[in-house]
Parts: sequence; structure tokens; C-alpha cells
Amino acid sequence: MTDADLTADLISARRWTDQDVAAARLPMIDVPLVSVGGGLGSFALVDTLRVAGIPSNAIRVLTTLDRPDQTYEYLASASQIPRHERIRSDSGSTIDNIWGFPSYALREAWNAKSIKEKMDPLLQVFLEPVFADYYTPRSGQVYESVVRESARINWNSMLVKGVVRMVRARHGGGYFSVLTPPRGWRPPPGQPPSKRIVFRSSHVHLAVGYPGVKFLDDLQAYRQAHDDFHRVVNAYEPHEYVYEELLRRPSTVLVRGSGIVATRILVRLLEDRERKGAQTTVLHLFRHYIDKPQGDDPKFRRLGRNGFAYQGFNYPKAAWGGQLKERLERLDGPGRAALIRQMGGTNTPFRREWEALLQRGRQGGWYQQWIGEVASVDPGPNGTITTTIVDPQQRSVQLAANFIIDATGLESDISEHRLLADLLSHGGASRSAFGRLEMEPSFEVAGTRNDPGRMYASGSATLGGYYAGVDSFLGLQYAALRIADDLASIGFGERIGVSRSVKEWFRWMRNAPIPG
Amino acid sequence: MIPTLAGRIQTRLFLLATVGLAWTIVVVPVLPKRGAPIGDVYAATILALFVVALFGAGWELLYHAIQQYRWEKDWPILYALAEAVPEGVVAFVVVDAIVPTGPSPITFFFHFVTTWVVVWLTAIGPLRMVLLRWRFRGGRIL
Ligand SMILES: Cc1cc2nc3c(=O)[nH]c(=O)nc-3n(C[C@H](O)[C@H](O)[C@H](O)COP(=O)(O)OP(=O)(O)OC[C@H]3O[C@@H](n4cnc5c(N)ncnc54)[C@H](O)[C@@H]3O)c2cc1C
Repeated sequence: MTDADLTADLISARRWTDQDVAAARLPMIDVPLVSVGGGLGSFALVDTLRVAGIPSNAIRVLTTLDRPDQTYEYLASASQIPRHERIRSDSGSTIDNIWGFPSYALREAWNAKSIKEKMDPLLQVFLEPVFADYYTPRSGQVYESVVRESARINWNSMLVKGVVRMVRARHGGGYFSVLTPPRGWRPPPGQPPSKRIVFRSSHVHLAVGYPGVKFLDDLQAYRQAHDDFHRVVNAYEPHEYVYEELLRRPSTVLVRGSGIVATRILVRLLEDRERKGAQTTVLHLFRHYIDKPQGDDPKFRRLGRNGFAYQGFNYPKAAWGGQLKERLERLDGPGRAALIRQMGGTNTPFRREWEALLQRGRQGGWYQQWIGEVASVDPGPNGTITTTIVDPQQRSVQLAANFIIDATGLESDISEHRLLADLLSHGGASRSAFGRLEMEPSFEVAGTRNDPGRMYASGSATLGGYYAGVDSFLGLQYAALRIADDLASIGFGERIGVSRSVKEWFRWMRNAPIPG
Repeated sequence: MIPTLAGRIQTRLFLLATVGLAWTIVVVPVLPKRGAPIGDVYAATILALFVVALFGAGWELLYHAIQQYRWEKDWPILYALAEAVPEGVVAFVVVDAIVPTGPSPITFFFHFVTTWVVVWLTAIGPLRMVLLRWRFRGGRIL
């Protein structure tokens, strides 16, 4: 007898009955709520629900990860944020603490050894952003805090390893989530062998992160045509060997993109030059060069110069909880898409240190800025790659480099994610005006309700809904709170009120495990 | 802090009526009173709280207008602390005009500054532990 698997009937049906699943001999596990992904989005929701009193046996997290911050750390490390570097988000975006207090700055000060190390973070949050750059925590501090909170909420006991292939509605309410367990998985004794496990739950939460790394088309074409994955790299993929080679011989690197990841790559290249003696020349290619503040309205204008648009975070701060959040909530789909683009887009934070580094590079001639549209990318002499651009005066310019680093994008279309594509074709979900999942203000995925069950999502796939900062620690926590409140309104757990909030905060402070 | 106009006003009233009042009750006995009876000092300091609350709506309108010229539409915590200077001066003038004997400037100063700092410290941190959704609601409580 072959292992049980999805049948053609199941794959084509939009809705399954319990009998359908039983007939396919797929093992079934009942649990009230399933969160798919197991990254920081799942973590934020589970943390909030645990604080709201939901026991761990009512939740299963379906994931390939061992730690919730694993994918984040992978992407952050590749894009030049090692553990001792500071991330982008602020002191109050405490992914391990649903209250945002005590903040990362306060904790850094508390744990610091010397008086100066204690004062620095406090002074910085006090003076930010006017007289100092925004305080942001070191990534290592964030990871440690996530590990600590994971233990406190009993995270590991909720994990089930595997990839979720699809989520389908169940006749009679709720959903079936189909998990493909890792190779070598064996069902418990007495159960028939199967390639899948089905989770039958009332509620489903999707937090699957980025659908995939996006490459610039011309670079992707070059990589494939010349089978060159060594010299043309993506900033989100590990590429440490590039920096190592640059230390060995004088080279030229072409960097594309002008967001924070491009900035971090430039900083790494220029710091290696100043501190480690690399003889690197950096060519920075801009498609849109920003040389003046953006926006005609003095009340809606952001800093722009030297090619970059600057703001502290991906969106203005008030998009997370102030008047810009309220404005977005009142708009329709196309209006939200427009405002999100206006507030966001490609931008990078202004940091005095980074500005000075780039300035020295410009003056020394080893950091050069170029503007243009790429016409072609071809192999050049002596192992170089030639990028031909058409500059704003319509002249053709050739840029030769030993390496090209693409720091333009991470986010592919949601349909490139198998589970999301299935949701669009078979689950009732649709696309928003922004092109991602159409969402309700409660972070329910529009069109997927199956009473009494509900399906929610958080993270990047939900951008275009009623909240701009969805793909951030604070946004994941906001989504978590909205989802927890919505679930409480239909009887799953309790809405966190003042007394529970205070009680659970003291429990957090004592680092005492949440029972259950 | 990233308050909305409604959030600013609500947070101000809420904090004055809770930590502001509690602090006043506790601190008055230890304030330098320059010989004034404690009852008069209580009257004057509580009046000062009222003035800060009442005039607050006007001040908040001004701060809100300034905030509109900030791209982030935020309100740095330094600004929230600095508000104490103009508001303190106005509150002193008003209290001095209403209370015939007037509080001594020293008494007023110590009460006002400490109360402001206590309220400010609460707003930038511990308030979130009590009001979990406050930070997402632009400071609105209701
Ligand atoms: C380089 C970088 C820096 C960032 N810096 C900040 C910052 O400073 N501050 C901030 O607030 N935010 C930051 N972010 C944004 C965001 O907070 C993080 O990316 C965060 O990890 C997003 O959480 P998530 O749960 O949506 O995705 P992830 O943490 O990536 O988790 C999603 C997980 O789901 C898994 N998955 C996907 N499909 C399936 C499936 N079918 N079955 C099972 N598992 C699946 C994936 O493998 C992935 O591990 C940064 C992002 C990047 C890329």
C-alpha cells in the first residue's frame, strides 16, 4: 500500500467534508487554532493569545523553523546586520513584549556595565529624532529577548514541523490545513503511513513572511544566461565571500538600490575600506535619484538629498498609531494603496555616522553615484561584468565591475507563494488594490470566513489593508492584538482588559512562565 | 509619542486626574511652603492642575498645529517635556491672579515641575502597561 496523499478530488474541491479527508486516509489532528509560518508574525500572535489566557494546547504553529526569529536573523545577517549592529525599528517596538514597556533602550541601559553605556541609550531616546538619530536596538538584543519570551510562553510545545501546502474550508465550519512533514517523518504507531497531516481547526492564522526574493529582471537574465551566481548576488542572500575577496584585491563593486539594505551594503563596503584596508571602488547606480525634499505640501514633505529619500522607519511614525493610521483607516482600497506608496516607497534612515562615511567616500572618489536606466548587462574583460546604462541626458555609459550587488527588492508577488496562490484560487481570498491580500480591518482575510471559524493573516502579504506598517515588529503586534480581540468577540479567549494587562505585565517582568 | 489631537487631550486629562492628583496629594506636605498653611497650598496646587487641564485643550491645539509640519507626525518626548515651560508660566500667572494671597513662586515651581515630570514619565512608559491599546490609538483612551 502506498503512503496516503492528497487526492485529485481533494485538490480540486474548494470545500472538504470530514469524510473526504477520512477517505483519503490522511491523519487528522484537531486543534482550535493553527498559525502557519512560525516566524515573528506567528510569534506575535501566539504571545498575545497566551497573555490573553489561551492555553498552549489550543494552538499549533506549523513551521519549518526552530526559533521564531530564525528567518529574520538569516535575512538580517545577509543584509549586513550582524548581532552587534543596530536594526531599523525603534526602542518601543519590542517584539517580545506586547506592551512596548520596558523599551529596548531602557533594558539596554539597565543591563549596561558602565555609567556611559547606561546613559547613552537613555540620552538618545530622550533627544531623538531632533537632536540625535533614532535609538534602535542591536539585533542581538532582539534575538535574546525573543528566545526568552519563547520559553516563557512555552513556544516549543506548540510547534509542528513541516510546510503547509494548502488551507481549505471545511463543510460545517473551520478549516483544514494540510501539512507536509519533513522527510523521514513517521506517523504514530497504529496509524497508516501518510505524506501529509491534516489539522482541523476553527481558526487559521497565516504569517508566511515574504513570498520570495525578487531579483531585478536584467540581473536575473544575466545570472541565468551566464550561469554566474558568484559575481551577481542579491543582498538578501549570504554573500560574505564577496567582502572577503574584496579584501584580497582591489576591485570595483556595483550596488543597485537606494533603500536601507543598499545603505547597509554601502556602509559595509566603505567601512571595510576605511578599517580593513580594502581597495574597493563602489559604483552606486540609481534609477530614481532624489536630490530634493519630496512633496509640495510643507505639511507632507520628507527629507531627500544625495540620491536618497530619508525617514526613520519604513513609514512615518504616526502610521503605526497616530493620525496617519487614522487617515488610512478611513480610505478605500485605491486610496489606501496611494497613501501607502506616498508614505513608504524606497527610503532609508538618516544616520549621522553613515552620512559622514558616504561623504568621505564621495570626496575620495571611491564612492561614485551614477544615474540611469539599465540597457544591458554583459560579461566584460578580465572577469568583469559590464552594465550599460542610459543616463538622464540619453547618453550611453558603461560601468565595469567585479561584483554586482542587487539591493532592490525582497518581495515577490503573493501568487509566487504556493499557499497564498491556493488561497486566491480555492479559498475565496482576493487581491486588494495594492495587489496583495484583501483584508478586513480586524486582519481577517476577506472572503475566507467559514463560520464559526475565521482566517486571519499578518505580515507582508497584508500590505494594502487598513494598516501600513504590517511588515514590522510593531505592526505584527498590532495585527496580533486586533486578531486576539476579534477572536475574543466570538468567544475564543478573553479580551485583555486593564487588570489582566497589569497582572500579565508583572508576570513578564518576573520572567515567570505563563501557565497552561 | 505619536498622539492625535483627541488622544493628546484625553491623555492629558486622564493623567492629571490620576497620577497628577495623586502626586500632588503626596508631595504637598513636603514642599517648601514659606509659612503658608497646608490647606492654602493644597488649594493652590490643585487649582494649578485644573488650569493645566482646562487650558490644555488650547495648548494641545497649538502643539497639534506644530506637529503637522513634522513629516513623521510624531511628538518627540523631549517636546512633551519642554511644554512645561510655557504652560508653567501661564499656569502661575493664572493661579496667582485667582488666589488672592498667591502661592509662593518656590512652592509653585517645585510642585509644577515635579508633577510635570511624574506625568511625563508615566506617559512615555508605564501607561502602556495599564492601557495596552493606547499606543496604537494615538493616545486615545475612549
Ligand atoms: C533585512 C530585514 C530587516 C528588517 N528589519 C526590521 C526592523 O528593524 N524592525 C522591524 O520592525 N521589522 C523589520 N523587518 C521586517 C519584519 O519585521 C521581519 O521581516 C519579520 O520577520 C516578519 O515576520 P513574518 O512572520 O511576517 O515573516 P518571517 O519572520 O519571515 O516568518 C515567516 C515564516 O513562514 C515560513 N513559511 C512560509 N510559508 C510557509 C508554509 N507554507 N508552511 C510553513 N511555513 C511557511 C517561512 O519559512 C518563514 O520562516 C525586517 C525585514 C528584513 C528582511
